[in-house]
Amino acid sequence: MRRILLRRLVQIVPLLLGVIVMNFVLIQLAPGSFLDVMTAEQQISDPAMIEKLRVVYGVDQPAVVQLGKYILSVLQLDFGFSYRQNAPVFDVIVAALPATVILMLASISVAIIVGVTAGVIASVKVNTFWDNLVSIAAVFFFAAPTFWLGIMLTILFSVRLGWLPVGGMRTIGGTHGPVADALDVAHHLLLPALSLGLFYAATYVRVMRASMLEVFRLDFVRTARAKGLSRARVVVVHVLRNAMLPIVTLVGLQLGTVLGGSVVIEAVFSWPGIGSLMLDSVMSRNFPVVLGVLVLSSLVVAVANTAVDLAYLKLDPRIRAR
Amino acid sequence: MAITASYPFIDFARHFVRNRAAVLGLVLLFLLVALALAAPSLFPRNPLRIVGRPEVWPFVNPRFPLGTDSLGRDIASMVAYGARTTLMIGLFASLTATIIGVTVGATAAYRGGWVDEVLMRFTELFQTIPNIIFVLTIVSILGQKIENITIAVGLVTWTPIARLTRAEFLSLRDRDFVQACRAMGMGDLRIVWGEILPNALPPVIVLWSLVVASAILFESAVSFLGLGDPNVASWGGLIGDGRTLIRTAWYICAVPGIVIMLTVLALNLVGDGLNDALNPKLRDR
Repeated sequence: MRRILLRRLVQIVPLLLGVIVMNFVLIQLAPGSFLDVMTAEQQISDPAMIEKLRVVYGVDQPAVVQLGKYILSVLQLDFGFSYRQNAPVFDVIVAALPATVILMLASISVAIIVGVTAGVIASVKVNTFWDNLVSIAAVFFFAAPTFWLGIMLTILFSVRLGWLPVGGMRTIGGTHGPVADALDVAHHLLLPALSLGLFYAATYVRVMRASMLEVFRLDFVRTARAKGLSRARVVVVHVLRNAMLPIVTLVGLQLGTVLGGSVVIEAVFSWPGIGSLMLDSVMSRNFPVVLGVLVLSSLVVAVANTAVDLAYLKLDPRIRAR
Repeated sequence: MAITASYPFIDFARHFVRNRAAVLGLVLLFLLVALALAAPSLFPRNPLRIVGRPEVWPFVNPRFPLGTDSLGRDIASMVAYGARTTLMIGLFASLTATIIGVTVGATAAYRGGWVDEVLMRFTELFQTIPNIIFVLTIVSILGQKIENITIAVGLVTWTPIARLTRAEFLSLRDRDFVQACRAMGMGDLRIVWGEILPNALPPVIVLWSLVVASAILFESAVSFLGLGDPNVASWGGLIGDGRTLIRTAWYICAVPGIVIMLTVLALNLVGDGLNDALNPKLRDR
């Protein structure tokens, strides 16, 4: 187990190097020099300051030296300095990370709970009204853009019914005590997590339904029925457990897209995470932050993928034998 | 000759038509293409021009069947011109993705060894980078032009095609007919291009229809976030513009969203139909 973990972690290194090199190529491709754009957008006109930046970013040196220095500094977690927030880029990104992770986890939970439940219902009541209803809902949520769904849900639940807040993460003015605070965040989290989660739930429903139907046909299920176990017990304990494996695979594969999707959803609900930071930085051409987000979010996905692989090993011991 | 050549197509069409939902999807797609082609004659004026009072609701004024947006631009006209933008980006981005994906996948599988290892690591790299973040980075650095958006979307959607092509090539590479070609002294390029690729293509075509759908979703997300090309009408951009008015004029967001949804739905249905018609393993069940 530990050897596999170590091997996976070592594999992350070239991956990260690749992202860094790609970053560097993008900077070189930018029209005008990186420094021109930055100083113009940040409205830095002091020649002494420009000279200082030139040395800090090493723009006067050849590209290969620049690349080497860039890799070295990123490996030291130094992504440069953001003048917009007046803080090191790394600190700015790490400060925004928790909000995004909360949103991601909540969305994945929504996707798994809704997807698995609906998939089980569809497979148990296969080819009935309920099955069709679930299929139609899945098609709807799969085809609807997440940001549009988010806006439509806001119109319904926030504007018309007034049940939920339109955006943000906490009520302005604040609440008192950790419990009240957590409830407040959950209240704000509901709509964004639902908009993002329902899209993935649509995929999970299809996979879950197919996988359940497949497992229903296996011999051990017949044995369980023949033993006289109740229908509910057979479905939950015997079939559900075995049908869950493809879902774990999917969750692992889609972590990157969930992180990407949360960027868009954060913009809809002004959720103060990586996405909002990214968008703000893109709009203000604050490139050090943009590139830092690209590298760090790739790292998050790579680490999360490793975690899912390990979970898979735990769930299915047959893989370890290989 | 003409008759024998048309047999597979008739066979294909018969299997495709058997899937009713796929036919519905195809009809929707045809309507969309027709709308895109007819946009200049239906709405001769620039869709981004102000033509009436702002915030006219749909079905109120017959001049503006889908209403007007916050600036008084005709939503029906913007939807029609948006179809052109969306289809163009969907088509060219998916073509870019297919070319990269097929090249990488075919080379990796056919060469094997270290080439395979390097190319698959490369694919993994693109899979790890969160796609929309990558698209936003490229567009923000290279500029908000429609060409850059197309390339960026192509760059984040090619990985599934590469993996699928590689898998197909791996299973075909050592078949007897390929061995026979090698024994005949055929060049590598000719074997790959003329012999293996046509056999590997059917599943890739099915996946391609889904890549078009995801390219359209990416484009709409980019435009929605305000990073689209400001000089062309776009469905996502329309939703982004209408977002501030959800209290008074929510239809501005609703209308283009429904159009995006129908387009993605149609592409998925057609993909299912293609899968039924092209996948011989599932045939005649």
